[in-house]
Amino acid sequence: MDKIPILKIGHFLMVAIQVDLYDRLALNLEADLVQAVSKTGARGVLIDISAVSIVDSFMGRILGNIAGMSKVLDADTVIVGMQPAVAITLVELGLPLKGVQTALNVEKGMELLQQKLQITGEEESEE
Amino acid sequence: MKLDTAKILQKRKKQILELWMKNQLVDFSLREDLMSNDELTVQSEELVDVLLQTLSGNNLEDLQASSLEAVHEVLEGISISRAKQGYSPRETGMFVFSLKDALLSILAQEIKNDPVQLLDESLKVSKLIDSLGIITFETFIKGREEVILRQTDEITEISTPVIRVWDGIVAMPIIGTLDSSRTQVVMENLLQEIVDTSSSIAILDISGVPAVDSLVAQHLIKTVSATRLMGAECIISGIRPEIAQTVVHLGIDLSGIVTKASLASALRHAYALLQLEVKKVVAK
Repeated sequence: MDKIPILKIGHFLMVAIQVDLYDRLALNLEADLVQAVSKTGARGVLIDISAVSIVDSFMGRILGNIAGMSKVLDADTVIVGMQPAVAITLVELGLPLKGVQTALNVEKGMELLQQKLQITGEEESEE
Repeated sequence: MKLDTAKILQKRKKQILELWMKNQLVDFSLREDLMSNDELTVQSEELVDVLLQTLSGNNLEDLQASSLEAVHEVLEGISISRAKQGYSPRETGMFVFSLKDALLSILAQEIKNDPVQLLDESLKVSKLIDSLGIITFETFIKGREEVILRQTDEITEISTPVIRVWDGIVAMPIIGTLDSSRTQVVMENLLQEIVDTSSSIAILDISGVPAVDSLVAQHLIKTVSATRLMGAECIISGIRPEIAQTVVHLGIDLSGIVTKASLASALRHAYALLQLEVKKVVAK
């Protein structure tokens, strides 16, 4: 069965979705990712969906779920590289993914996560 | 004795044309600014030619006869070209109906002695010209609609340019009312440009939008949400005081969106987000 690899880079986890996500695969990804966050204690999750051209409401919900679950485990989720057509579809479906952060590409997503980490790090040191 | 109207008319073609031209030239709706008299003569001659050629005794009665198609074609051509030149429907109508006067007066001259037959033939000719008139109007309106359609297409195409203001900043001035089909075009163009230039800030300038109602606001919110999903920040600028008033009166919630009064202040905000600074050069 297909499995989407989850890579650990420093404090972050990175997932690049290169295939069309069918429901089973998406559910597995959700479970695997939450496991990985809890096991590695990652502070951020980066999901690259630049190769995804088709999205439905289920997929939108899964992305929202992943963000929500990671948040509970103290990790920020950034979704990067969304295609225009996918963005329009999600908006038309009424799923603007409110709790999820987005960035244009992996590089900018990484910057964003690092910035977040710095801010929280500073706060902790101030305390 | 049975008279052949078509033959009579064919024989008197020259007079018909002269009379018709005279009728058209004295008519107050003549538009010399749109077409010279020579062109008008050529056009009229063409129509009379083809009309009299195809006229035969039987299709004077049967208006659907396929042999009239040649006449219809010429008439449609004239009508469409007039619609595009900017003639009014009245002027185009007069062009065809003044032919009736010419035909009828020639008929009256030819069939002086038999009032019953004159009436009969006049009615037939009159009916024929009426049907031609209807075709003229139909094609005239079709021609106008084509013009309108083309203009609408042009407006949607030219009215959504995406401007690269700075590295990482794109702006899109929206001019005219936003409906759902235009929002789609605006959204697609903007998002595609964001991907192409990998810009992280998009400015939507709505100073050219005449009115914002709840529907337009919803379209704007959709565009902003889509930009955000792409990972870019969207700023709405050019909000006039009246629009601010309507938005608040309608109870539209724009609190999640960065809004600025002018493009300049939106740009300033964008520079701040990108940690850029605009400075005056101090002369040495």
